[in-house]
Amino acid sequence: MELFTIIVFSENQPGLLSQVSNIFTRRQINIESLTVSASSIEGIHKYTITVFSTKDMVDKVVKQIEKRVDVVKAYFYTDEEVIYQEIALYKVATNIIVDHVEVENLVRKYNARFLEINRDYAVLELTGHTEDTQLFFEELKQYGVMQFVRSGRIAITKSSKELLSNFLEKRAEKAD
Amino acid sequence: MSKELISGAEALMRSLIHEGVDTIFGYPGGAIMPVYDALHDHQDKIKHILVRHEQGATHAAQGYARVSGKTGVALVTSGPAATNAITGIADAMIDSTPMVVIIGQVGAALLGTDAFQETDVVSITQPITKWSYQVRNAEDLPGAIARAFYIAREGRPGPVVIDFAKNAQIAKLEYSYKKCTFIRSFVPVPDVEPWSIEAAAALINSAKKPFALIGQGVILANAEKELNAFLEKADIPAGWTLLGSSAMPTEHRLNKGMLGMHGNIGPNIKTNECDVLIAIGMRFDDRVTSDLNTYAKQARVIHFDIDPAEINKNVKAEVAVLGDAKQTLELVTEKLNAAKHTEWIDSFTEYEQTEQEKVIEPELNPTSHEISMGEVIRKVSEATENKAVLVTDVGQNQMMASRYFKFTQSRSMVTSGGLGTMGFGLPAAIGAKIGAPDRTVCLFTGDGGMQMTIQELGTILQEGTGVKMIILNNNFLGMVRQWQELFFNDRYSETHMKNPDFIMIAQAYGIKGRSVSQREDLDGAIAEMLSDDQPYLLEVKVETKGMVYPMIPTGASISNILLGDK
Ligand SMILES: Cc1ncc(C[n+]2csc(CCOP(=O)(O)OP(=O)(O)O)c2C)c(N)n1
Repeated sequence: MELFTIIVFSENQPGLLSQVSNIFTRRQINIESLTVSASSIEGIHKYTITVFSTKDMVDKVVKQIEKRVDVVKAYFYTDEEVIYQEIALYKVATNIIVDHVEVENLVRKYNARFLEINRDYAVLELTGHTEDTQLFFEELKQYGVMQFVRSGRIAITKSSKELLSNFLEKRAEKAD
Repeated sequence: MSKELISGAEALMRSLIHEGVDTIFGYPGGAIMPVYDALHDHQDKIKHILVRHEQGATHAAQGYARVSGKTGVALVTSGPAATNAITGIADAMIDSTPMVVIIGQVGAALLGTDAFQETDVVSITQPITKWSYQVRNAEDLPGAIARAFYIAREGRPGPVVIDFAKNAQIAKLEYSYKKCTFIRSFVPVPDVEPWSIEAAAALINSAKKPFALIGQGVILANAEKELNAFLEKADIPAGWTLLGSSAMPTEHRLNKGMLGMHGNIGPNIKTNECDVLIAIGMRFDDRVTSDLNTYAKQARVIHFDIDPAEINKNVKAEVAVLGDAKQTLELVTEKLNAAKHTEWIDSFTEYEQTEQEKVIEPELNPTSHEISMGEVIRKVSEATENKAVLVTDVGQNQMMASRYFKFTQSRSMVTSGGLGTMGFGLPAAIGAKIGAPDRTVCLFTGDGGMQMTIQELGTILQEGTGVKMIILNNNFLGMVRQWQELFFNDRYSETHMKNPDFIMIAQAYGIKGRSVSQREDLDGAIAEMLSDDQPYLLEVKVETKGMVYPMIPTGASISNILLGDK
């Protein structure tokens, strides 16, 4: 088992998310994280999904995803093949920052950023890989974390050619 | 010039006519009434077959599609009608049958409010359709229908659902229709990769013991002729899947019989002996392969398929030939050396003899006075000069029919393969007869399966559809009883059935029929059944504890094949 990043490009059609997630459910694969957003190509949406699986299995799942009519293309990558990030938010009581210098040191050490501070609480933001955002959480926990949330992964491939653009160009030729 | 304004329902009718639809199987109701009203004006162009249950509409549309090669169309209302149609939609999905199902839906303003007869059809059907789409505005209807037919038909076929909100059926639109020929995100037929053609041909040319597995993909691609040329040029014996049956004539020299759980011994054993295994338009279903860990491990595998997701799904292929089988088979055949594999082909003979002696002979010429399923099927097949369309239900009747019916032409088999839907047979036979009115259509069904959709006799009453229905009555849910006998110590839990008088039921529907329990009456009854083009119900009381052999138990390897010889 290994962590894979699946990137799905789709038409902007409602109802696609459940079609895509169903394919994982059927194969008993747990989705670790999922982020949906617009892509650089107009009208094309992009899903970034991470799953623990085997190469053989993700390969099958990705082919099933690509079979859905409104999915334009789906690819999968190992961590070496993508540049990726997640964002985490932490809410802590303001007094722990005042009372413990260690907390401020931690904030510096992890390069976290204050989004907001008021009399009652502070909200910190940290961008990084899961391990980083998790470690910061673990260290902060001893002082008390009121709320913690982490986003799904977003990823960009390391390869210089954009596979999707090639595909779309080829399709455009066939359109007429 | 301003265009004429018509209702969404009227636009649906015109769109269907534009797509060449001349037959619809359906059942009306509140949320589809505007469409039925519009249909009233187009009865000359579109024949509507009023079924007795929406499941029947979908199976009939499937039967129609399978024999005619056209896209089947079903029309039903919302809510319970939609859920009744689900079984046929799922069945069409797994058996790759082109079908468009138009379902009424409550008005868009009521969506999501648990309105009367509202069900979330798109969500329910998404996993069992190629495409499922809700039309909420009348203007979207023509485009949606054009896409629906394109998607259902192109590439690997399958069912499409159009969920048609009532307000959109009534609202007016400026109608124009353009057939869909392209969808950016949908590649129905993958490009043929020249290297795959080279590689496949080279592998086959090097083979000493090649063996081909024929699936329904050959029939869907209309590639029967190309298949024949391919097999004959390189002298390759072939076995077929249940849905691949009739792709090549039963009596063809290279036809070595059916694969899988109740298939023939030879092709099953030889799958584990061949050096190159050539799968064509088949998907290595577990009913064919049984235990994958012992399946064809020695073979180098070539897989021809139109659907990239089938490659390596169950069996790893050394060479994948993606594309339309009609085209790829022809391209590979060009590069094949003419060959002879006489010794290899002759090596099937010993298994054919064993099977003939231990299984086929006792089935076709039983020593007991009880009639066997196999003999009825073979007699009916021969009485139609092996030219009939075979429709089956699910169970022993299905496996026996596929084993003992003979085929002389393609598109002669209609059966529920992947889903194994009891109750499929009767409505599918009605659809098949309507799709191929000039052919004799023979349904074989069990007493159990017949009663799952027996109400469709009413459709026959209304339409006069001349199907020949043969109930193989063993007073048991035979196939389950067989498993109980083999694997559950003869504990026949809830498989014995007390049955009604089927002939009286037929009579009540104005259908001629006869019940036979003596062997000497069988020929006469079959002749009477086939004597004209009228519907006919023949009940044959067959042995109560007949068995389908050979059998490879679920998950076992082919070497554990049971022959039933004592
Ligand atoms: C809708 C549905 N329910 C249950 C089954 C399970 N099943 C498979 S074969 C079979 C027995 C069929 O009995 P019958 O129709 O009498 O045919 P026979 O096997 O005796 O030919 C059953 C219950 C099924 N395939 N489909």
